[in-house]
Amino acid sequence: MTNDIAGIKKADVILIIGSDTSAAHPVIAARIKQAVREGNSKLIVIDPKRIVMADYAEIYAAHRPGTDVAVMNCMMHEILKNGWEDKEYVESRLEGFEEFKTEIMNDKYSPENIAKISGIKADTLRAIAKLFGQAKTASLFYAMGITQHTTGRDNVWTTANLQMICGNLGVEGGGVNPLRGQSNVQGACDMGGLPNVYPGYQNVTLPAIQEKFEKAWNCKLDNKVGITITEMIDGAYDGSVKAIYVMGENPFLSDPDQTHVIKAFERVDFMVVQDMFITETAEFADVILPAAAYAEKDGHFTNTERRVQRINKIIEPPKGVKNDWEIIQLIANAMGSDWNYQTVRDITQEINALTPSYAGITWERVGRTGLQWPCPNTEHPGTPYLHKEKFARGKGLLSAKAFQEPDELPDEEYPLILTTGRVLQQFHTGTMSRKTQGLNNLAGPMVMISVEDAERLGISNSEVVSISTRRGEITAPAFVTKRISTGVIYIPFHYKESPANRLTNPAIDPIAKIPEYKVCAAKIRKIS
Amino acid sequence: MIVYLNGKAYEASPGETVLQVALRNHLYIPHLCFHEKTGKAAKCRACVVEVEGMPGLKTSCNQPVTEGMKVTTNSKQVLDAQRLVVDLALSSGRHDCLACEQNGNCELQDAAYYLGITKPSFQLYDDNYEIDDSSEFIVVDRSKCISCGRCIVGCNHTVVNEVLNYGNRGYETKIVFDTDLPMGSSTCVQCGECVQLCPVGCIIDKRTIGAGRTWELDKVETVCPYCGVGCKLEVHIDRTQDKIIRITGVEDSPTNNGMLCVKGRYGFDFVNSEERLTSPMIKENGKFREASWEEAIALVASKFTSIKDEFGSDSIVGLASAKVTNEENFAFQKFIRKEVGTNNVDHCARL
Repeated sequence: MTNDIAGIKKADVILIIGSDTSAAHPVIAARIKQAVREGNSKLIVIDPKRIVMADYAEIYAAHRPGTDVAVMNCMMHEILKNGWEDKEYVESRLEGFEEFKTEIMNDKYSPENIAKISGIKADTLRAIAKLFGQAKTASLFYAMGITQHTTGRDNVWTTANLQMICGNLGVEGGGVNPLRGQSNVQGACDMGGLPNVYPGYQNVTLPAIQEKFEKAWNCKLDNKVGITITEMIDGAYDGSVKAIYVMGENPFLSDPDQTHVIKAFERVDFMVVQDMFITETAEFADVILPAAAYAEKDGHFTNTERRVQRINKIIEPPKGVKNDWEIIQLIANAMGSDWNYQTVRDITQEINALTPSYAGITWERVGRTGLQWPCPNTEHPGTPYLHKEKFARGKGLLSAKAFQEPDELPDEEYPLILTTGRVLQQFHTGTMSRKTQGLNNLAGPMVMISVEDAERLGISNSEVVSISTRRGEITAPAFVTKRISTGVIYIPFHYKESPANRLTNPAIDPIAKIPEYKVCAAKIRKIS
Repeated sequence: MIVYLNGKAYEASPGETVLQVALRNHLYIPHLCFHEKTGKAAKCRACVVEVEGMPGLKTSCNQPVTEGMKVTTNSKQVLDAQRLVVDLALSSGRHDCLACEQNGNCELQDAAYYLGITKPSFQLYDDNYEIDDSSEFIVVDRSKCISCGRCIVGCNHTVVNEVLNYGNRGYETKIVFDTDLPMGSSTCVQCGECVQLCPVGCIIDKRTIGAGRTWELDKVETVCPYCGVGCKLEVHIDRTQDKIIRITGVEDSPTNNGMLCVKGRYGFDFVNSEERLTSPMIKENGKFREASWEEAIALVASKFTSIKDEFGSDSIVGLASAKVTNEENFAFQKFIRKEVGTNNVDHCARL
């Protein structure tokens, strides 16, 4: 998030697009609902599912999955047409406006034309643009509904375009606010768990950065960008990847096209999985190393608003279990290296020394409420919101993105759009949440289908049906509801017995390399 | 500004109430309906005090302080009034502390203790009470309800789930879910905010019943292991078994302000799960067998080394984790970059 959680109530208008907030981020949903109920904020929800947040919205619109760029470009078309953009902000803080405006003002983005593409009525598109464009401060929240597309990067860029022309970046209560889905996904990115950057997003291809880390770690480092998770699976499948080391992940259920993943795991020469449990992924491992749970260790998580918070050891781990960092150090030293971390604090210190945005977030300073990065020195109070007064790159760069259809569209054989996501009571691949029986009692596998489609296919509520795509087939009980658009079905991906990712399309965004989980072509049939 | 409580001077800020100044200075005034988060209510009347120059008794939870204000919290008149209010609350329900989950953590019990009430003066409750245990994680025993309204304010104004409300009138008044449905059939999402706000033993965590008295449990703060909001948790632990008994939200956390969701509050079984791995495992002939750490680490190190030597560093890939700490992710990417010699490190941020 460019902005912070406490600032949510400062927005006059809040737009949620591509986030089932009350299911996936319930406490941020509560903050948004508070802002709507208690404050002066008005909510706009754009989502193919009539999510719970729609009940609190001034305007709710269901768009066809994958048409986010079209919808937001249309909003900007209307905003520019009516002069609702923040002219002073555009003038002083942004660049590329003229070219941008030429593209966006093209008639193809008029409400009438976008209505045909998105399925949202032209008048509703106008109303959304007006409410959002006329707001003094508007914030935008999204989650994987924006990113998990072959146009994921264009979608994200478009959210930034919208917030830039409206002058909503670098102000309290505004912002482009992606909601991070896992307890420390922000921290894993910040710490360089990515193939192109060292900790603190320092590029692996920059000689000065390479030199800094080579000196700190006393070794030679590679300056070539590595491969992403989807490419790793492909590499294992085609033989270029020989060994996989997995720490606390379950790609068996989280990666697209499960059949492909299984073949990849079977082909790889050597696989190590470090986890709390024998997960579905660990079944394929050659070695499994037992790791401690969050409650059994000290350290830090970084949340979705960039707040670094302490996690404390609460109980002793089961006998025979080690901390992840200890296991990594053992392997490194067994390979002939010279690691010598005595406690987790030694690593925190190294992070402070090598990561400029974390330099001031020392063990001693984190305290009970944490610190938000960037925090460049030990006097710095942390940064509640980014891009105040100027952007990281200087001027904000506007760049209009043309609308592109998703990779796989419905056709005669597979006439429905399948989209995937989460439910409130389960989490990711279920390795944690599914150990609590009460949560399983509340939320099992299902496929959400519209009343119209269910009636057409003769499917009744709770009836177990078959869902298939070009990748595979699963079965799940039908949840017949008015909450989903006609022509769209929705399956949560938590369940190994009904794995949504056996069905999903592995096509990826060419730059972000994120798979298109939110759109693929599917069909449903009755089993009996 | 300065205010005087029982003749002693205290610093206070404009906008503060008498009760807030008192509590901040560890001067107890009985109060049942007030909670910092749900705010002034002035319904239960347990917090009445005398304010010099003002007629009658004033509810301290909504009485703003003024410069030089003189407040008495312990006169006979005040204590008698407080005692009657608390006595009536005790009389109107089945407030038997013996096996109550809230024993030791009950604000009604605290008030009774402070006022020296050993036995309710009246016995108004009906023995035919029903306990609503239809919900997966929460039990409601309305015979213990004192109609303070904190759960209702929390449900409607804090988490804004808008499920709880008052139903009926007068003596029949009770808290209801939706249109007086059993909790388990209502639209309740079991976030447990009402449990956290309930001052008595009316709304309690189902799974902690009989699992440990509040004073036997250690409490440690940490961060929720589920989504990326980063809610601060207070974990209640039974040290004798190294077991998590209960989780509550940290009220003064800027991320969650005490709120949690059903997973964060109740989904902690995985930590103490019987299925936890406790030994390294090595696969032989398609089957896993237990191995020592020495053997497992030696095998991993020798395989990584030989694969690196034979096929090059780029033939090895590592998946870091969105569920482990910053320090562990730092160590992991350092391992892949320094020891393996490749930038082939990623994690499921995209998935």
